[in-house]
Amino acid sequence: MTRLSSNISIRSEAFAKNRAANLEHLRVVEEAVAFARAGGGEKSRERHVSRGKLLPRDRVERLLDPGTPFLEIGATASHGMYGDASPCASMIAGIGRVEGREVMIVCNDATVKGGTYYPMTVKKHLRAQEIARENRLPCVYLVDSGGANLPNQAEGFADREHFGRIFFNQANMSAQGIAQIAVVMGSCTAGGAYVPAMSDEAIIVRDQGTIFLAGPPLVKAATGEVVEPEELGGGDVHTRLSGVADHLAQNDSHALALARRIVSNLNTQKPNQVQFAAPEEPLYDPDEILGVVPGDLKTPYDIREVIARVVDGSRFDEFKARYGPTLVCGFAHVMGIPVGIIANNGVLFSESAVKGAHFVELCSQRKIPLVFLQNITGFMVGKKYEQGGIAKDGAKLVTAVATTSVPKITMLVGGSFGAGNYGMAGRAYGPRFLWTWPNSRISVMGGEQAAGVLAQVKRAGIERSGGSWSDEEETTFKQPTLDMFEEQSHPLYASARLWDDGIIDARKTRQVLALSLSAALNAPIEDTNFGLLRM
Amino acid sequence: MFSKILIANRGEIACRVMRTARRLGIRTVAVYSDADASAMHVREADEAVHIGPSPVSESYLQSENIIRAALTTGAQAIHPGYGFLSENPDFVEAVEAAGLVFIGPSAAAIRAMGLKDAAKALMEKAKVPVVPGYHGDMQEPGFLAAKANEIGYPVLIKARAGGGGKGMRKVDEAKQFSAALASCRSEARSSFGDSHVLIEKYVANPRHIEVQVFGDSHGNVVHLYERDCSLQRRHQKVIEEAPAPGMTAEMREAMTSAAVKAAKAINYANAGTIEFIVDGSGPLRPDGFWFMEMNTRLQVEHPVTEEVTGLDLVEWQLRVAAGEPLPLKQDEVRLNGHAFEARLYAEDVPKGFLPATGTLHHLALDESARNDTGVAEGDTITPFYDPMIAKVITRGETRETALMELAAALRHTRIAGTVTNRAFLEALCANEEFSSGKVDTGLIERQLDKLTAPTNPTPETAALAALIASFGDDITRHCVSPGEKNAAPYAAAHNIAVEPFAALGGFALWGGRSQFADILLNDELKTIRVQKQEYGKYRVDLPAGAQEIMLRSMTCSISRSNSHPVTSGHADFEMDSGRHKAWFARWHGKLAVFADDGTFEFATPDPLEASEGEAGGAGKILAPMPGLVKKVFAAAGDEVEKGTPILVLEAMKMEHTLAAPRDGKLSEVMVAEGDQVEDGTLLAAMEEE
Repeated sequence: MTRLSSNISIRSEAFAKNRAANLEHLRVVEEAVAFARAGGGEKSRERHVSRGKLLPRDRVERLLDPGTPFLEIGATASHGMYGDASPCASMIAGIGRVEGREVMIVCNDATVKGGTYYPMTVKKHLRAQEIARENRLPCVYLVDSGGANLPNQAEGFADREHFGRIFFNQANMSAQGIAQIAVVMGSCTAGGAYVPAMSDEAIIVRDQGTIFLAGPPLVKAATGEVVEPEELGGGDVHTRLSGVADHLAQNDSHALALARRIVSNLNTQKPNQVQFAAPEEPLYDPDEILGVVPGDLKTPYDIREVIARVVDGSRFDEFKARYGPTLVCGFAHVMGIPVGIIANNGVLFSESAVKGAHFVELCSQRKIPLVFLQNITGFMVGKKYEQGGIAKDGAKLVTAVATTSVPKITMLVGGSFGAGNYGMAGRAYGPRFLWTWPNSRISVMGGEQAAGVLAQVKRAGIERSGGSWSDEEETTFKQPTLDMFEEQSHPLYASARLWDDGIIDARKTRQVLALSLSAALNAPIEDTNFGLLRM
Repeated sequence: MFSKILIANRGEIACRVMRTARRLGIRTVAVYSDADASAMHVREADEAVHIGPSPVSESYLQSENIIRAALTTGAQAIHPGYGFLSENPDFVEAVEAAGLVFIGPSAAAIRAMGLKDAAKALMEKAKVPVVPGYHGDMQEPGFLAAKANEIGYPVLIKARAGGGGKGMRKVDEAKQFSAALASCRSEARSSFGDSHVLIEKYVANPRHIEVQVFGDSHGNVVHLYERDCSLQRRHQKVIEEAPAPGMTAEMREAMTSAAVKAAKAINYANAGTIEFIVDGSGPLRPDGFWFMEMNTRLQVEHPVTEEVTGLDLVEWQLRVAAGEPLPLKQDEVRLNGHAFEARLYAEDVPKGFLPATGTLHHLALDESARNDTGVAEGDTITPFYDPMIAKVITRGETRETALMELAAALRHTRIAGTVTNRAFLEALCANEEFSSGKVDTGLIERQLDKLTAPTNPTPETAALAALIASFGDDITRHCVSPGEKNAAPYAAAHNIAVEPFAALGGFALWGGRSQFADILLNDELKTIRVQKQEYGKYRVDLPAGAQEIMLRSMTCSISRSNSHPVTSGHADFEMDSGRHKAWFARWHGKLAVFADDGTFEFATPDPLEASEGEAGGAGKILAPMPGLVKKVFAAAGDEVEKGTPILVLEAMKMEHTLAAPRDGKLSEVMVAEGDQVEDGTLLAAMEEE
């Protein structure tokens, strides 16, 4: 394979400036992450531990094989929402290795409002299940939740993608042979009771886990019966009398060891459909990404500088390098896994779009996973291009990306604006994972353009009715739009709403891609039937 | 010369004999019991014959079976090794009657030396010095006092039936004699019901020095110099050496000529050892040694003689037994350098050197020393036989260098799966009295506390142990290649599959990952958090405080012990205190760390098993060690109280009573009297509460 060679001087002023700007972008995200990781705060955590329970993150740690990676999703979910009352959306979710098997872990954080489900908690739980279903990952639910968060119930109960969908997913994944395992380590009330009940195997911790459709207060209200939680739905009851759970654990550590034992007995194997190579570190240090990528989205740079710091041996076999150069396509390996990379290197022209569609066809034929490095302001506009049929060519790329059966991983490394988002496998195009960099921005168009469009419409109206509009007035008019776009296109805003799977440190791109690809390869790659490509 | 011999022994000595036989082109036949079916001596022999069940009396002492094995395999001669049948004249006669050659002395010579008193009388006649004393029937106090004067003070008055230090009095001068005699007699009468005493010269600071002799069937006898075996514990030799420290030409001449005289007096042919007790209270004096007994076999400690003479004593045994004359004349036998032998045993030193058993999950002997052994990694030390693991032998130009090499060899010896006396031997090497050559048979007993002082792991060792324990069963994936930034190079070099979820050890999007060690530290089960900081770097939250540990390199490999995986490896690590190196071995529920400060075995209980025990309400009675079920007191259905004896297990010559762990009803008793059980076998169970 061909080695890329870098044209960046790591001692240049620009490098240092970029690095400083990107570290600042990163710092903002790190602050949000630190807040999310602290869960319900010090007091709440102390109370949790004093009951002999492990903290949620420690539960995840003890479930995982020691010293293996954990690919967390939605690490800043619900950031800035609900008055920051639901850090990390009250839930830890991610993919890790248990007894050598990659699994999806969903873990309630009972230190946050008793682990109750905010609407974003529901969305995160469903996204985790979606990832599990698409990639055929067994699910382990570490349950410790009081059920729906009542003040916010209206936004999380009734609709198709609300609370009930959790159990619908469990039933259907079980039907598809994707194991559903529940470990009841605390409350599991009302609808929540169906998490263990609908699992293939369930564990409950003695004197700690409870499962009931209605807790003692509701029972008393409904029937007047006075009953202790433990006899209503404790571990002893459910493993000896009701059969709602299958295994009685002595404590959290024992419960997690039992969960590991269950996973070890799943008898599943990854389908081995791609040709692995021996992994090789990139020739260029991934740490340099921070200095390679400009701190603002306006400065163009060669995306190959990023690719050289991500792929094995910085080796990249480019496809059609001389044609449609604003879309870079080529083959590489990430930690030994073969990938086809599609990366923006400027605005999309017809040639770039057609080349991209061709490359998607190649990878689909060969069943090579696709990696999108998205940094796109959109398709080229103007008379020449519309007449040249750019909409038709753009549609070819969008169709190919939408209908291919190979796993797609999208990394948002810069801007994601307009229809470019579609052609580059935005969220709506079903990438198995979508990660974003701290410097990225996402919106229907740039804030400047949006404000400009609105101002033009306004000016036209004013001038049609004979009025006049000064430049100062126009600037004042544009500011709220600019502010709104600035806030809403920030990756933290997007990630809070789970428009992606998380913001990552750009230096970890290689690892995140490798882990995402590895997780994706748990599902067999089917043959592709493309939609009609308009010629 | 023989073309095929049978070795009527097991363990290291059987292997030792085979080694020489193989070198001489002689085929070998091993014999084995049930327990030894796959033992090293069987693996190394050309042929092997099963001779009976595991107990010695039913196998290795079954002379008929052994002789039959020799006849059916066509062996021409039998080497008895040491112990077992090696000094049994009836066996020698049976071997010869079957038309085979016994590789050892004649039955007559064995008999002559077998009865200690008769042997002493024989030696006196041959003008070999014996410990002066009176062993006769006359018990009149005046007569005994006169005998004491004749012998010369100090003397010992010993009860004829005595033992274990009871009924023994040391008398320094004549005027104390009658009082001492009276008190000794009354103690002897009350303790043994026999007031009969004997008088012997008291030898101060006695040393045990023995002379190796060799005779042939042509009437030649030579000596191969002396060995000092003074380092003993309860009459068990611990470390032997040759030559004896402080030996003078004059003393050596006196001792070796007495030894040769003794051997000639009984027409001795083959290898033999004349043991002397030597006055060690001052420099060696030619009038300060006395005959004790003769061992009519090859000794355990023969390698030290081999090392300083450059000879192969087994080869000599074979040649002499085949009728050849001795290979060398006396003046051709040279003494060169100094040699030591340490006997490495599976022994529980803190429990009073109790013999131990166990599977050698990890065994690495120091290759720079000579190690005579009969076991390999994965073999089991059973309760049936001597628990020797190896004889560690070193030779140097001087005593000092040989001893330094011995200490180093012991330090580099790594054994896991059973307790051993390794640390005790190492402490002994460092003992000042011993290293300066001031040895006597009381040295170990005098300094026992110092030599057996238990050591606790240093914080470095504890941190490393917790770190390795936190890796779980799959340590390989956490190995570190020196100078690398991630795990990939190690994985590539060791053909480890590199799926990202295995290779990207400890990766997390934000923050590091934690892992946990469930480990017993100072007898307390602790859960230690270990946080990965970066590749190879960890923070270990020990109870005494957090320690940062940087693995500069860690390698390991997996072997199988009875089909169970054992991971062993080496770590080069850095902490605040500096750079350290250690070895480790890990198998189910256990972790051994071999560090500068010693060998430490840590229990790392599996949370599943630990909790199953709790869940079962401790209603299970498991064999605490391998042994024989001696008695069974209870049956299924019996109501028992906590502490009610359920059965007696005989192990290591001790009877252990196993009692009910709680009140309740016995649901099952799985064993019967006479059953042999393994460590951890479920013996009885109680009904669930």
